[in-house]
Amino acid sequence: MDLHFGDSKPTDEERAAVDALLGPPESSWEGADRSDTDLRWARGGRAARDRRDLLLPGLHAINDRVGWISDGALDYLCRRLTVPPAEAYGVATFYAMFSVKPRPATVLHVCTDLACAAAGAPELCAGIEERLGLGSGVSVERSPCLGLCERAPAALAVKAGDPVRTAVSAPATVEEAVLAASAPDSAPEEPPAALAVPQAGQDGLMLLHRVGVVDPASLDDYRAHGGYTALRRAFELGPAGVIREVTDSGLVGRGGAAFPTGRKWQATASQPDRPHYLVCNADESEPGTFKDRVLMEGDPYALIEAMTIAGYATGAHRGYLYLRGEYPRSLHRLEHAIAQARARGLLGDDVLGQGYAFDIEIRRGAGAYICGEETALFNSIEGYRGEPRSKPPFPVEKGLFGKPTVENNVETLVNVLPILTMGAPAYAAIGTQRSTGPKLFCVSGTVERPGVYELPFGATLGELLALAGVRDGLRAVLLGGAAGGFVRADELDIPLTFEGTREAGTTLGSGVVMAFDDTVPLPRLLLRIAEFFRDESCGQCVPCRVGTVRQEEALHRIVERTGAAAAGDIALLREVGRAMRDASICGLGQTAWNAVESAIDRLGAYE
Amino acid sequence: MTVTPLGIPRRLLEFTLDGQETRVPEGSTILDACRAAGKDIPTLCEGDTLRPKNACRVCVVEVEGSRTLVPACSRKAEPGMEVRTDTERARHSRKIVLELLASSVDLSTTPRGAEWLKEYEAKPDRFGPDAARLNEEPKVDNELYVRDYDKCILCYKCVDACGDQWQNTFAISVAGRGFDARIAVEHDAPLTDSACVYCGNCIEVCPTGALSFKSEFDMRAAGTWDESKQTETTTVCAYCGVGCNLTLHVQDNEIVKVTSPHDNPVTHGNLCIKGRFGYQHVQNRG
Ligand code: SF4
Ligand code: SF4
Ligand code: SF4
Ligand code: FES
Ligand code: FES
Repeated sequence: MDLHFGDSKPTDEERAAVDALLGPPESSWEGADRSDTDLRWARGGRAARDRRDLLLPGLHAINDRVGWISDGALDYLCRRLTVPPAEAYGVATFYAMFSVKPRPATVLHVCTDLACAAAGAPELCAGIEERLGLGSGVSVERSPCLGLCERAPAALAVKAGDPVRTAVSAPATVEEAVLAASAPDSAPEEPPAALAVPQAGQDGLMLLHRVGVVDPASLDDYRAHGGYTALRRAFELGPAGVIREVTDSGLVGRGGAAFPTGRKWQATASQPDRPHYLVCNADESEPGTFKDRVLMEGDPYALIEAMTIAGYATGAHRGYLYLRGEYPRSLHRLEHAIAQARARGLLGDDVLGQGYAFDIEIRRGAGAYICGEETALFNSIEGYRGEPRSKPPFPVEKGLFGKPTVENNVETLVNVLPILTMGAPAYAAIGTQRSTGPKLFCVSGTVERPGVYELPFGATLGELLALAGVRDGLRAVLLGGAAGGFVRADELDIPLTFEGTREAGTTLGSGVVMAFDDTVPLPRLLLRIAEFFRDESCGQCVPCRVGTVRQEEALHRIVERTGAAAAGDIALLREVGRAMRDASICGLGQTAWNAVESAIDRLGAYE
Repeated sequence: MTVTPLGIPRRLLEFTLDGQETRVPEGSTILDACRAAGKDIPTLCEGDTLRPKNACRVCVVEVEGSRTLVPACSRKAEPGMEVRTDTERARHSRKIVLELLASSVDLSTTPRGAEWLKEYEAKPDRFGPDAARLNEEPKVDNELYVRDYDKCILCYKCVDACGDQWQNTFAISVAGRGFDARIAVEHDAPLTDSACVYCGNCIEVCPTGALSFKSEFDMRAAGTWDESKQTETTTVCAYCGVGCNLTLHVQDNEIVKVTSPHDNPVTHGNLCIKGRFGYQHVQNRG
């Protein structure tokens, strides 16, 4: 490999940002000044290539410090990591939070997604732009869901510097959002995570029982509230015993695909190839989803304990926690918790003195919904574009770095704690026969008490909405997020289980329940869903790359039409949608048409 | 002549192809089996010298028990599989994919493009006159080859050929994402400022004519490009000791482009800048 790095130079600031991550360069091969020894030594080869996975952290480092990524900065990073600049450019331009063009140091991401749009995001954006005017030093960017839907409309300010500063404003007003952007340090503190849990402190909660009860910064407090009993139990059972418990509990993945967790663990554990990896998918970017954020902010040690158990059971010694780039508070809480756990011997070479080595590394995403797809997530961690890989081979065989990998999302992992503390039979007795255990739901939209709710599987949609205080004039409920489907206001007796929703011709997806009353303009909402998929398609395969664009165009044409005037375009939408479902590489393209189709078929959206 | 390196003999496996019991060597793709059986499945991103990228999705077929359609070019045949290549469902997806492609890019120089559009009754115009197109101007920034991304279907073949599969130069990659994804060099710079070494192996694999010799591009613009008047002569490159095979495409007694036979077991169609572009001295009649 004969790499060509160009001659643009980094600024001191950019160089410092990269060196802070990678340490100072050792020789001129890495961009340092030339010394005598450099003449007799060449860097490269296999050893150098190993650092490619630091590309994404490196891009973050530059973007955090300067606000954008210049040619010189990118070339310097490439030199340090022995990554071809063309590939790094391809990666940098893949993520929405990075810019390769100059922009102001402060970026204000204003959510214009479903819940926020219904709560007045367009007016908020217009107001902010008017207040800030030109040359304000703030770049206002319209953003997909920020995972703060319970406090819609939401805005996130990121001010580059050393250190980078962030502030969240939600529910946002023009004044507060502008304040967050101009002075993130003096913006008011975010409300505690527990405020997103209307049931906080109630008896009988299993996944949320510590949220609002423990101090998320205190390991002692976590232990005082039952923390680390599950891990002790795991060590008593041994890896095979843990997998047996998880299998017997009937736990299935909560990320949307509903695959049996025990089977996945078993398949990974039994692979002869080493090492094994554990990946926690904390990239919850499905519009309307915020449960993982609330768990990570309110009870961060629970996730760390659960990851340790999963790693132990599957024979992994390293866990990657892939966290949404838009979750600054989760990042801080988890960084702190991991450091504490490490300092107390709960992570590291000898976890709890049991001779098991395990550690966790956080990797931040950078604004790409597709990176929630498991194989796209691997590519992202490895420093490639977040494009899904085609399956087979499956991750249990060839996952992260081509090694056997088990990937679970946050909610799935956290379920392992009660499984071990209460035992599989007691856990399996909760819920229904095929959907066992408790389930988290993210309720937002036109309800009195939006937030994360925990209910045993089997409760009906109506019961959940009653808890959340559904308002009069309910028109439709979106289940499962943008990749899910709409149901009508007269279908509230749908049982919230995997099998129940499937029977009703819809899906539970990631647990999104978004309510819309009859003031919400449905065609606009559908257009927003189409826009979302168009923006988030990775672009790899034709049905999705072009199909999402053609669908958005068709929905634009009929936004104010009904009946015969819309019929031609609806037929076109169906034809394109069918091919997208059948021929796309990954779940994004395969499900992008679901919600709109359900609105046409179930709600009569254009009649 | 196709030279097939002899490896260890492979076992045969049996599966059903359109109702017919079929035997293929282990490791064959469904597409291999289809071709062996004389079935014509359209393909665009599949390349005979590259690992299948399966990005275009025109080659999809139906596999019993699979929720979605399956790309024939990359899915390996498995014992007992039941594959149907010509169902309404598969044809529908192929037709839509062809329509989507033809509505967004220029397929006029894609070999067999027009034929497949006709066969599948694809009507790219039905997305309306306002359907978004790539609308890229050809990039003419050097004397050797032209990048006309308005014809690019993003098959990734050039990226793979320039990268770890052949050339190991890594001068190009996909930048941006979704409909805005484009093939680009670093910082979207002109080719002359990039890492490109002008081996032209990307042109060799490009299935649409998005990458072409400057000579071909200019002749097309002037209306003088005429493949029916061209002869092809395969010879040996005389520059260095490697001895790559060159195929000279000659029109009106002028070399108009140089390709290389893909079935050559040494070079698989790859050349370097001298063999690919250094032909002017041959026709220096001074
Ligand atoms: S379906 Fe969409 S997101 Fe998935 S691989 Fe294809 S283009 Fe990328
Ligand atoms: S330029 Fe040609 S080879 Fe490269 S992606 Fe486009 S169509 Fe494929
Ligand atoms: S094409 Fe290049 S490498 Fe091949 S024989 Fe000619 S000069 Fe040598
Ligand atoms: S934060 Fe705006 S829709 Fe989720
Ligand atoms: S030829 Fe098979 S997907 Fe492109």
